Amino acid sequence: MPTTITMPQLGETVTEGTVAQWLKKTGDSVDKYEDFVEVSTDKVNAGVPSPVSGTIRELLVKEGETVATGTPIAIIDELGSAAPGVEAPVVAAPPVPVSSPSSTPSAASAPSSNGAQRALSAASPAVRRLAREHHIDIRSIRGSGANGRVTADDVLAAARTAPVAHAAPAAPVAPPPESGTSTYVQPLRGTRIALTQARRIIAERMVESKHAAPHAWSMVEIDVTDVWAWRMREKDRFERETGYKLTLLPFFIRAVVESLAAFPLMNARFVPATGPQPPAIYVNEDVNIGIAIGLPANLVVPVIKHADQLSIKGLARAAAELIDKARKGKLSVDDLAGGTFTVNNNGANGSWASAPIINAGQAGIVTMEAVVKQLVVRDDDTIAIRRMMNSCLSLDHRVVDGYVASGFLADLKRRLEGMTPGGEL
Amino acid sequence: MAVVSNTSSTVMNNVEAVRATLYEAMRNDDRTVILGEDVGARGNVFLITKDFIKEFGPERVIDTPIAEASIVGIAVGMAMEGLRPIAEIQFADFIYPSFNQIVGEAAKTRYRSNGEYTCPLVIRAPYGGGVRGALSHSVSVEALFYHVPGLKIVAPSFPADVKGLLNAAIDDPDPVLFLEHKKTYRLIKGEVPDGHYTIPLGKANVLKEGTQLTAVSYGLYVHWALEAAAQLQESGLSVEVIDLRSIRPMDKTTILRSVEKTRKLLIIHEDNKFGGVGAEISAMVAEEALFHLDAPIRRLAGPDVPPMGYALPLEEEFMSSPAEMAQAMRELVEF
Repeated sequence: MPTTITMPQLGETVTEGTVAQWLKKTGDSVDKYEDFVEVSTDKVNAGVPSPVSGTIRELLVKEGETVATGTPIAIIDELGSAAPGVEAPVVAAPPVPVSSPSSTPSAASAPSSNGAQRALSAASPAVRRLAREHHIDIRSIRGSGANGRVTADDVLAAARTAPVAHAAPAAPVAPPPESGTSTYVQPLRGTRIALTQARRIIAERMVESKHAAPHAWSMVEIDVTDVWAWRMREKDRFERETGYKLTLLPFFIRAVVESLAAFPLMNARFVPATGPQPPAIYVNEDVNIGIAIGLPANLVVPVIKHADQLSIKGLARAAAELIDKARKGKLSVDDLAGGTFTVNNNGANGSWASAPIINAGQAGIVTMEAVVKQLVVRDDDTIAIRRMMNSCLSLDHRVVDGYVASGFLADLKRRLEGMTPGGEL
Repeated sequence: MAVVSNTSSTVMNNVEAVRATLYEAMRNDDRTVILGEDVGARGNVFLITKDFIKEFGPERVIDTPIAEASIVGIAVGMAMEGLRPIAEIQFADFIYPSFNQIVGEAAKTRYRSNGEYTCPLVIRAPYGGGVRGALSHSVSVEALFYHVPGLKIVAPSFPADVKGLLNAAIDDPDPVLFLEHKKTYRLIKGEVPDGHYTIPLGKANVLKEGTQLTAVSYGLYVHWALEAAAQLQESGLSVEVIDLRSIRPMDKTTILRSVEKTRKLLIIHEDNKFGGVGAEISAMVAEEALFHLDAPIRRLAGPDVPPMGYALPLEEEFMSSPAEMAQAMRELVEF
């Protein structure tokens, strides 16, 4: 059977690869797992092993040519299967771990891999549940059980050690790239893109959250003129002292944590029934704020731990450090764990309203939309030009009702509008 | 709750614990009546009621004909009319003639009389093999009865539990089938608190805590399971051992909590496997803790053969052993 080999994905954020050198030519025989092509990307150069044993029928890409991942690059006639059949596209197995800085546990990828199939078929209910809870692809784990079975303890061990891309809410816009040029790579039209580990997890978690948590939505309009002025007054000094830019984000998070303290149910989670335990609402003790950060091919939600214990300055520094780590692919598992509520700075690229998806396991997510100057009629009937920002809230209606949610939003609005220039950051 | 009124204790075996508990019951409450084959003049085949007839008289320690349906039937009537009968089936193998009295009458008295009558009856029955008892002196009968609502079934393993559970059974307003494993009668010794105390029916006992496997058993096999778990402990494998103590009501909470911790379950019983107590535990765990299971539930139970053979190799073939239990535990831990 002819097997079509496609360009593998060498790393989480890699979307294309260049055929550096063919190690086989048409007519050559190739063994399963034998490198048959050398591929280079902006991150690595690596030999790519053949997923099957057979004879090279055709090389579809010239040396030096760059194609998107998933693009057919070669056809191999598989050994011992003379019968001409329907072509089954096979992604070339990515080589064993590449030294990419953002290396997540590289998915065993090709579903044709025997090991992967065995591990999956032997996954017990507990393993599947734990893998789902910890966002781990079972196929990426080496099993320690009988016949290589992945055990529950293996999953827990992997969860402890592996940096895992946590799913995120909504689809936040990428933070403006440092250079000013987008690093987003346009996929080729008409191509089928295999999911990366991170993308698969994002997809699963989005469906899980949207499916399990009945989302309700609300929005308030906030006058941020004064807090904006405060920020403008402090930003040069802050950047001088810390090397980081001062955005509106930390002011917003400060207001959010104060409102969460006033409305603890917003900082809770719905605990479904497990075994004999009936479902419950767990009101979190800690206030850990996840901040959604869009990356070119990924989405991460690092967490500011105990955000309620930080000043605006502390929040600014913590957020800046996490954003910096996210861009460099250096977030640790710990950075991504433990969020109890999420803030999504969605307005950076001009969004005026959005309906974010709750980060599974939390009660709500609130957005910062674009800050725009508007003509506003004030209470004393004067007309003024003010900086206005919408803030949108998605809530898990199992946990909170509109009464609490609108109270929370009103409180948030009041706190932000009350932030005026002056005092310590 | 278990009430231990006295901190002093006496070392006894299981037979002595049954005898001491029955004696106290006879002395403390003159409504208590013991009836069964050879319980009077002979003092029971295991000498459990030796000399009771001298102290309490033939009206309270009644030698009956060899007629089990009558033993239980009469006891049901006594219980309904205010006595506290303790009926003895000499060997559990002989219980079948009384099946209708136990299942059809005793277990349904409360329902049938709309709560006007209860049936505070204890039926004691020595059961189990490993004693060269062969065809008619080896059987386990719990699975034949545990299907029946309205009937409680107790199968203690330790002398202290024998006393606490037998007292609870005697106090209980409804019928209790009290199963005593013959091989543990003189084999198992232990401290038994002095004075009157009860252990609640329907509460299992976690005898040894562990993290990698839950082993549930009752009766003689509890002791062997502990031995097997201790062997495995030496090679670093951690097995939690639960003594069910009561077969019905069954302590679901203790089992589920343990399985949720260890994620693996081995059920061990001497009674044969098909439709045995392990089948109910398996189904219950599958229904309520499926997503905690990291291995198929395993049952180590007697073979589906009619009797336990008399010849030693046949008896040994039927009975499990600490070594076999250790092997099953190891396989499951390493799964």
